[in-house]
Amino acid sequence: MNTDRKKAHFLTKVKNWPLLLPVVSLILVMAVNIVHDAATGVNPLSFFIISLNETTSNGTILYGRIIDILNRGSEVAILALGMTLVVSSSAGTDISVGSVMSLSASFCCMLLAGYGVSSTNELAVPLVVGVLAALFMGALCGAFNGTLVAYLGIQPMVATLILFSAARAIGLLLCNDLIVYVRNDSYGYFGGFTGPIPTPIIIAAICIAIVAITLNKTSMGMYIQSVGINSKASRIAGLNSKRIIFLTYLICGLFAGVAGLVNSSRITSADSNNIGLYYEMDAILAVALGGNSLGGGKFNLAGSIIGAYTIQAITTTLYALGVSTDQAPVFKAIIVIIIVAIQAPPIKAYFRKKSLEKGVAKA
Amino acid sequence: MDQDVVLTARGITMTFPGVKALSNVDFTLRKGEIHALMGENGAGKSTLIKCLTGINDYEAGEMHIAGIEGPVKNHSTRDAQNVGISTVYQEVNLCPNLSVAENLFIGREPMTKFGTIDRKSYNKRSQKIMDDLGISVDVTQNLENYSLAIQQMVAIARAVDMDCKVLILDEPTSSLDEEEVEKLFKVMRMLKEKGVGIIFVTHFLEQVYAVCDKITVLRNGNFVGEFTVEELPRVKLVAAMMGKDLDDLAEIKGESVDYSKSEMEISAKGLAHVGTVKPFDLDIHKGEVIGVGGLLGSGRSELARSIYGADRANTGTLKVKDKEVKISQPIDAMNLGMGMLPDDRKAEGIIGDLTVRENIILALQAKNGMFKRLPKAKQDEIADRYIDLLSIKTASKETLIKQLSGGNQQKCILARWLATNPDFLILDEPTRGIDVGTKTEIQKLILKLAGEGKTVMFISSEIAEMVRTCNRMVIMRDGEKVNELDGDLTEERVMKAIAGGEE
Repeated sequence: MNTDRKKAHFLTKVKNWPLLLPVVSLILVMAVNIVHDAATGVNPLSFFIISLNETTSNGTILYGRIIDILNRGSEVAILALGMTLVVSSSAGTDISVGSVMSLSASFCCMLLAGYGVSSTNELAVPLVVGVLAALFMGALCGAFNGTLVAYLGIQPMVATLILFSAARAIGLLLCNDLIVYVRNDSYGYFGGFTGPIPTPIIIAAICIAIVAITLNKTSMGMYIQSVGINSKASRIAGLNSKRIIFLTYLICGLFAGVAGLVNSSRITSADSNNIGLYYEMDAILAVALGGNSLGGGKFNLAGSIIGAYTIQAITTTLYALGVSTDQAPVFKAIIVIIIVAIQAPPIKAYFRKKSLEKGVAKA
Repeated sequence: MDQDVVLTARGITMTFPGVKALSNVDFTLRKGEIHALMGENGAGKSTLIKCLTGINDYEAGEMHIAGIEGPVKNHSTRDAQNVGISTVYQEVNLCPNLSVAENLFIGREPMTKFGTIDRKSYNKRSQKIMDDLGISVDVTQNLENYSLAIQQMVAIARAVDMDCKVLILDEPTSSLDEEEVEKLFKVMRMLKEKGVGIIFVTHFLEQVYAVCDKITVLRNGNFVGEFTVEELPRVKLVAAMMGKDLDDLAEIKGESVDYSKSEMEISAKGLAHVGTVKPFDLDIHKGEVIGVGGLLGSGRSELARSIYGADRANTGTLKVKDKEVKISQPIDAMNLGMGMLPDDRKAEGIIGDLTVRENIILALQAKNGMFKRLPKAKQDEIADRYIDLLSIKTASKETLIKQLSGGNQQKCILARWLATNPDFLILDEPTRGIDVGTKTEIQKLILKLAGEGKTVMFISSEIAEMVRTCNRMVIMRDGEKVNELDGDLTEERVMKAIAGGEE
């Protein structure tokens, strides 16, 4: 009897766990991998195997599908951090992050190579200047978006549409319409390896840690949610609603700068037209997959991060299944529909009703 | 079923996580009857209404409606409307940026034969509906251009036009002034003549006796009884609601003290906010309870808001404790030791999706700044203290505030300000939508604060409670400060001053 109740208690706890659906989605994607591997006669657990491999260019590095997902998913995870805060505070999305990534990368490479130089082996300025420039450019764009949204009251979608379309073009201007190659090993570090571990994973981890610690040690999380839920009431209670909304856009821009740096470092060049292309969509999707309402208010950072890696896991899985790059988006869309649908209120309500009926039948 | 009965509910039971909201409640409504549903905050009035209208899914009990075979169970407000139950809520749930006519017909627009909306016909019909109710509005104007009272009438007109047999009015009068209340009563009586059964939820006892025929009392989710108005005079009603005999409401005020010699707390000179409040001078001394009276929209809230910085004052100077200050937003005022409980609880008070604890500590945290987070243990302690002090009814301090009843939400907001330990506290309609027992508690609390040397500005639509608690009153009319009353305050004097008669 008592164990029964304990079990029931545990079940309700699990049911009310906010991360339930994001985690279930991720597990589902993994399950597809396992089943596929088993069906094709490969070791079913090969998805989880991480090994150390020797390579000619990078030395000994970690290798495995999970490592690949964590590595490739870094940029979206970093973007999702800022996007979560923006969605929470302003009930809107920052659709400029992909373009801002590109602009930050272009600015960084332009400084490192010198204006008008399309390819260089020597850095024109110290690397740290380039890195700071990328972050600065990201933050500047974020501040621009934040000003429009918070202080001028422009709708987030419209406000960020400006940089969405302009930032890439500005990047091209900075690079004199060239793809700037920085063929210097030190620049490739951010997209390369630190010992055996891919550096993007480390950078993402650091970003996540910074945000998590900030949310934990300060009241920023409560401020942002409070403003997102009811900005008028928050103002009366002494919060500077506008400044808080501005801050979230600033943070979002800053992280776009980080993501741009990582992305361009992977290819050691600034390809304005392709860096961060469609990343804003993945970042928004990550927030939604994480069970966050795009209507603002309450947020769940862990959910967004899991969401980001889920998107990458889907992509990686599809490639592993042999789906061609061109067709992958179709399958990705189908999977996303399923994941989003099971989180939709009417379907949740349906399952809740079912379980209630079951409970009544039992009684 | 009795011939005249239009709605019966039997044995309605409903639980929320951790709280039994209703247990075994009966309710009967007859044709052409105005039936008051009374109870303290959290007694289950709103929950019962939500059960009747299909917003809440009750667990046990059944409901019957005249003309429909077998038990009726609504699953949405739409269902409820289809069986003839319409509701007008405490907070007007209409679309402010649509026209009056659009609001009246939203979701059931008359169509032309081409399948487009027949604007001409519904504008004409809307005008007729409003004229019939004796309300003069231009139905093509946006709803937001009209006062809350008119908005409420539109909500009622909409309900009535949908051929309802049962009209539920959930605290419709809490934001209306007396004249508007009279207008509403006229409409209610008219509907009663037509045979509509009206369920009327209110906290104003005198209104019950002004319009109602029957009273059903709930207490802590239980059914206390159904009475006719004659058999349940005021005192008995209050006793039935509280479950005990009421200790005297009337005399809680102490001796009057002359404060004009004590230190100056607030001194405003020519303060004004364009469009809402004209330049005014006002001196408030330490330890005073100063009332601001006036009709709704007279600028009484706006006067307070311009001091607090909720609406930034455009002209004039403000001195706090004899120092000239510049307040451009609420946090500035808070840092000077002010606090303000706004009148619109839903829009400017609660942060619905945050917990009771977070709502209580919010202002204190805002004063501390983002980077000096209150330790969790301290937050818990503060929350527990005020939940206890104000007897806030909540399952736990981690419950979302939106799950609390209106009165308990109000207490949380009050707790939010008490936690900041303000020197000057503005309370704008702190007792709106709150039951009698709690009203007395709040009035006592105000006097206690004043006794501790704090200064309170008290704004209320109920003159009686201001007269009881305030030692001085400011009277507002059309955005202008027209009078200041001190000495012996009586309802009659205040009323005359508000109306504009010479003293």
